Parts: sequence; C-alpha cells; structure tokens
Amino acid sequence: MQNNIFKINETEYILPGSRACQGCGLTLAYRYMLKALRENTVLTIPASCLCVLHGLYPITPVTVPCLNTTFASTAASASGIAAGLAAMNKSDITVVAMAGDGSTYDMGIQALSGAAERNTDFIYVCYDNEGYMNTGTQRSSATPMGALTSTTPILTKEHTKKDFVRIMEAHELPYLATTSPSYPIDLYDKFVKAKRIKGTRYMHIYSPCPPGWLFNTKDTIRIGQLAVETGIVVLFEIEDGKFRFTGRSKTLAERGKRQPVVNYVSRQGRFRRMSIEQLNRLQAWVDSRWADYLDRAES
Amino acid sequence: MADVRILTGNEAAAMGVKLCRPGVVAAYPITPQSQLAEILSRYVEGGEMRAEYVRVEGEHSALTVCISASTVGARTFTATSSNGLLYMHEQLHWAAGSRLPVVMCVVNRGVGAPWSIFNDQQDSLAQRDTGWIQFYCRNNQEIIDTLIQAYRIAESLYIPVMVCYDGFVLSHTMMPVDIPDGDMVRGFLPPYKAHTILSPEAPRTINSVLFPWRRPDPEGVLRDGYMEMRYKLEAAMKKALPAIQEANDDFARIFGRDHGGLIWTYRSEGAELLFSGIGSIANEATVAADLLRDEGIPAGVLGVRVYRPFPRQRVIEATQGARAVMVLQKGTSYGYEGCLTSDFKASLYESTLRVPVVDVVAGLGGRDVKAREIADAGKRAWKELEEGKLKTHSLWLNCYTGEDDAE
Repeated sequence: MQNNIFKINETEYILPGSRACQGCGLTLAYRYMLKALRENTVLTIPASCLCVLHGLYPITPVTVPCLNTTFASTAASASGIAAGLAAMNKSDITVVAMAGDGSTYDMGIQALSGAAERNTDFIYVCYDNEGYMNTGTQRSSATPMGALTSTTPILTKEHTKKDFVRIMEAHELPYLATTSPSYPIDLYDKFVKAKRIKGTRYMHIYSPCPPGWLFNTKDTIRIGQLAVETGIVVLFEIEDGKFRFTGRSKTLAERGKRQPVVNYVSRQGRFRRMSIEQLNRLQAWVDSRWADYLDRAES
Repeated sequence: MADVRILTGNEAAAMGVKLCRPGVVAAYPITPQSQLAEILSRYVEGGEMRAEYVRVEGEHSALTVCISASTVGARTFTATSSNGLLYMHEQLHWAAGSRLPVVMCVVNRGVGAPWSIFNDQQDSLAQRDTGWIQFYCRNNQEIIDTLIQAYRIAESLYIPVMVCYDGFVLSHTMMPVDIPDGDMVRGFLPPYKAHTILSPEAPRTINSVLFPWRRPDPEGVLRDGYMEMRYKLEAAMKKALPAIQEANDDFARIFGRDHGGLIWTYRSEGAELLFSGIGSIANEATVAADLLRDEGIPAGVLGVRVYRPFPRQRVIEATQGARAVMVLQKGTSYGYEGCLTSDFKASLYESTLRVPVVDVVAGLGGRDVKAREIADAGKRAWKELEEGKLKTHSLWLNCYTGEDDAE
C-alpha cells in the first residue's frame, strides 16, 4: 500500500455541525472510513455516540444515507437492507452496519454472529471506545481491566476486556481488520480493501474517548498512538484466514521496541485507581497476546 | 374453476403469502408457526416463490430484517408465535413508528411461564398498544383471504398488520380452502411503494433523534416533533377503520367472499344474549348460540375481526337490543379483566346503552372450550339475568378455582 496522504478521497461526507464531543476519536475515524467507502454506501446504526454525531432531526451533517435501528439489531438491520436490495435487484450498493462496543460486544452479539454465520454481504464496523460512552461512560465488556467507569466507580473494572476480534474470526470471515484514527492511512487502506470484498467483513476501530477515558481533548491522536506503541492495540488484518501485521504494528513486530503499558495507562484518568497488580496483569496480557500474533505472522 | 384444497391454517397462510409475492421473508421457527416457516422455505428453494429468505437467529432479528428491507422498498413477511412475538416486542413499536407495512402472521399460543405450546391469545393481545393493526381469523379460508387484504391495507396506510390465528385449532387443522387466482390477487393488490426509501440517490438519516418540540429544517420549515409523528400514526389508525371495510368489500366483490370487515355477526337479529369474542373461540360461540336458540334463549354472536383499531361504532351498533353480553377471550389483563372486555365496555360508555357485560376468560394454554360449555355458561347467565341478579365478575371457564368449595 502506498503510504501517502494525497491518495485520500477529497470529498467530505461529514459536513460541519456534528454533535460529537470535542476530541472524539470516532468522528475522525468515521471521516476517513466514509472517504474510503465513497458513494453508493448505505449505513445502519443503533442508538449510540454515532447516532448523536448524526444530529437531531431534521438536520444531519452526514451526507451518506443512514437508517437508525435499535440497540441489539444493527447487524440484523444490515441483513434486512442487504436482502431488500437483493430483492430490488440493486447489487452495487455497499451496506455498512456500524455500532459501538456496547452494542457489539454486549447486546448486539447475537444478531452480528447470526449475520456473519450467514455470510451476509455487508461490512460491520465496531468503533470501540471501551464503554457505554453515550449514556455516561458506564462499563461494557470492552472496558479494560483496571478502568474506572460510572458503574465501576470505586473498585475499577475487575475483568479483562473481551477479545472480540477472535470471536469474529471464529466465524471464518473473508476479511477482518483492526484500525485506529491515529493511523488514518492504515484505516483508509483497509476500508478501501474491505469495500472490494464480498461477504461479511468485520472492521474494528479503536476509538479514544476524552470524556470517558479522562484525557485532554488535544491528546486523542497521541493516546491512540500510545495504544499501538504499547501493544494494547495491534494493527493487523486477516484475509481469508491469513494474519498480517500492518502499519506501525508491523514495524514494531519487525524491530521489537514496544513501550511498556504504563506509558499508555498513566496518561488517562480512568486508570488512576489501577493497582500495581492490575498493571502487571495488563502487561502480561499484552505480552502474551503479542507473542501469539508474532507466532501467527511467522507461520 | 375454483381451486379448492384441503389445507391446514399454516398451509393456507403460506399459500396466501406466496400469492402476495413478498420480496423478503425472514422467520425463526417456533411451535405452532414452524410449518409456515418450513413451507415458505420450500417455496423459495424450489423456485415457486421469488424472495430473499433470511433464516435469522431469532425473532428480534426476523422483524428487524423486515423493517430494514421494507425501508429499501421490498414487500416483507414474517410469522411467529408466543414467546417469539414477545421477543419481537421492541421491534413491533419500531416497525409501527417507522410506518412500515410489514405483514406478520401470529399463530396464537400461550406464553410462558410455565411453558405451554398450546393455543391462547395472550401473545398478541399483549401487543395491543404497539401500533399494529390486528386481525383475528375464524377459519383457514379467512386466513388466506385476510393476508391478501392485509397487504393492501398495510401498504395504503403505512401501518404494519398482524394476521392472528389460533395455534393448532386452525394452524394444524385441515379445512377446505378456496385458493384465490394469482392474477386476480395482483389486480387487487398494487405493488408496494415505500414512503421514504433508504437509497444513495436521495441520502437522508431515517429515524434520527428528535427533541420534544418541532424544529426547523435548513430552509426554515418547521418539521414534526416526536409527538406529531406519533399523532400521524394515530390518525392513520383512525383512517384504517374505513380502509379495512373498503378492502373487505372490494375483496368480497372480486372474490365472492365477505368476512365482515371489522366485525361479523351470527344470529344477531333479536339476540338478547350476545356472545362476543375474537378468533376461533367466537366461531365456537356460534354453535353455542345455536344450542341456546334451540332451547328458546335468544342468543347471537358479535365477532370482533379487527381488534386494533377497535371498531367502537360497529360494536355499539351490533349491541343494540342485547340485554347482556358475554365477552369470551383467551387471555386477560392480570389484576383487571380481559382486555377485550374492557374495550367492549369502554365502547358502550360512548353510547346510551347500559348493558351488563360478563368477562369470560377461557381456553388459556390450550384448555379445551366446547360449544356446550359456552352454552352452559350462557344459560346460567341468562337465568341470572331473568332473576335480576346477573354476576358480571370475571368468569374463568373450565378452570378449577377452589371457589365452588368455598360456596
């Protein structure tokens, strides 16, 4: 892939006036994702930060057609759109379902697993901001261990984050990829590729959230970079079962200079009650997962 | 020449769906609906029906698929029963709020707990307030005919429609059914045109968040708030009353079968004791009315075919002359009375009629209700009425309540 900002589609699909928070990682990722998917795309979204971003009726800053649906039903809604378009003999439209980690990891997992098992022709995008941020930063099963949320306000979250990409991989999808708004070209390239593939494609956007993670709004990009530098987030793609590191994670894998997770954790207020024991567990979890990925990349 | 076949209710429903030619079918199996989902999949795989059949992983998704497919312009169908319908509940509101003409068969079955696979109507009665039109069928002929009418009504008003019929009592019982001619159905049912199409050609965000008040669009035109949109659904429901009657009358003219439109009556002339009910229990009451007439008791039946929108005016008209009404229903509103009873009484309040109404809860979880038992209950009520001491508290028919011992 040509690592060049000038190749990016110049058309804007999000006009000024979005209702997203200042410093929102999702908004940035969404902007590049829509640029990569271009025209002839339809979206379906649940109640979410993304729904808020889309604004209040009758005004929206997003120029891509979008159907709102209920929290548990995003992937089923995409199934319906795909089936409806097939029934209407419209075959050239890219169907995209996009939801946060709450409605992907938790309530929407049934519909998503069903749609993926049926190899429904759509792209599912999970923007993972590690909690129910739209409703006031409550814990989800994507929240990392050791984080304070409004429903783990004193003791921090006790359980490890669910490895959702592995669950999706078990569906034997033609394409899966992880992305970060801090690496827009990597993200852009992956969506361009995903658009060309048929069947269920799963895209993960790791989306820093200033109000939920408690960092300064100017640091969104930096936090996303630190996540990758420490190996908390690993940029990769899996095409027809073949694992491949991409972007910054690829150079880290080749040169092996990951930063310790404390560099990432210490920059965010949500980890201020994290114990040393939790920190060590997190480091061990990251190391072990990284070793697995290295094994996969080599084989 | 008429094409008459001996069919179960589910087979009749499947034939009806095929005649209406939906573009998308989504269904999840549940007893006693399963046979309908199976037949439709056979139609699609065998090439008898051109539709996208989405074999979803649950009922919530089944209705979601119909909602979203309907939004891109496809005619849709789903079917369920009992807990499957309860699982759809959230999406029932969403379909009606989106003003999408999804048509669904509800094969009525009792709801858990405890488990029952047998028939009652608690499942769909409990969905009364979701904004769907509800039809209740008496026999298998009415199922196929009502489905065809349902699509026309749904698509002209943009309101989803449930076609309800009793599990096993109709779904698994064979009856002769006259299959309507495909070309005539096409003439009766024009193609579906979506009111708002999700399409790249005219991008818009559909069903986004609304604030309580009306808001201007970028051109300064005030657009509906949530409440205006909901009022439009209510206004469309009001229009549904004449629209349902018109579809029924048109159908009767073209196909030669009249199911009554909103209500139907049986031996109602001079009827002083009126049974009312929905679905097959009301049909059973016609036999009870015959038995009572044989014994000199002037009984008749007022069948409610459409439960929502409720045909208040028609109910009032059909109740003129009655000295007592017994409302039979296979379901109840716990802590009060059967909801058909409540609606019946509320309708009479709009008139000058002051008729005692007896609430009869019967046939829950498939408990058998024979015409003779309805007739016996009617005879007791008639005797009490003649003696001037009619009891109108809820009667749980054929149910051991322990009250007999206490007396």
